[in-house]
Amino acid sequence: MITVKFFASLKAIAEMEEKQIEIESPISMDQLSDIISKTSPKMADIIREQKIMISVNQEMADSDTIIHDGDEVAFLPPFSGGS
Amino acid sequence: MSTTTDSKIRIQVEDFSVTDEIEAMKKVSRNIGGITTFLGTGRELSKGENITQLNFEHYPKMAEKKLEEIRVQAIKDFGIIDMSIIHRIGPIEIGENIVLIVAVSEHRAETFKACEWAIAELKRVTPIWKRETTSKGEVWVQDTP
Repeated sequence: MITVKFFASLKAIAEMEEKQIEIESPISMDQLSDIISKTSPKMADIIREQKIMISVNQEMADSDTIIHDGDEVAFLPPFSGGS
Repeated sequence: MSTTTDSKIRIQVEDFSVTDEIEAMKKVSRNIGGITTFLGTGRELSKGENITQLNFEHYPKMAEKKLEEIRVQAIKDFGIIDMSIIHRIGPIEIGENIVLIVAVSEHRAETFKACEWAIAELKRVTPIWKRETTSKGEVWVQDTP
């Protein structure tokens, strides 16, 4: 099982903050987008268009990153911390 | 409410005392001869709109990890003695403290450079997001001026 997290503006787009997904073998980011598109097609489009950043296990990842069982994937809109 | 802990990297809801944080960093070494601080505060005007409230969200663990990486890199690259970084999350009123960076070193020059680099890097790599509330509603800020 993997955990997928959505932050800031993406929570409204995905209509959720977190999702648990069962995977039987490692999957690509494209495959994860396909899974997400079933419940949040708009969110899947944003992932495919690479408009956001992705992290896997709190490290920055990209569209080539392979996701393994137990991973935590997060979709991150542009940061705006500071002041 | 003010919180001071021994940790040099903190993300917290509570306000902090700039004086207390500087005093805590002065205890790191007797060789400190220069201290530079950057304090970010909530401003009222953004892109011509009056902001009534700010709200910050972060990615727990990853945000702290990034701030620690910034601290370690600043010490290494600028030769400062130490650095602390504190960022608040949750609702922030106009004029309130948001973020504090304290760089301490033997001399002033490297503390200025380290502080300026650290706040720019914080905005670039740390998963923290700002939501502004104006008369027109709420909007997530997606750029870092």
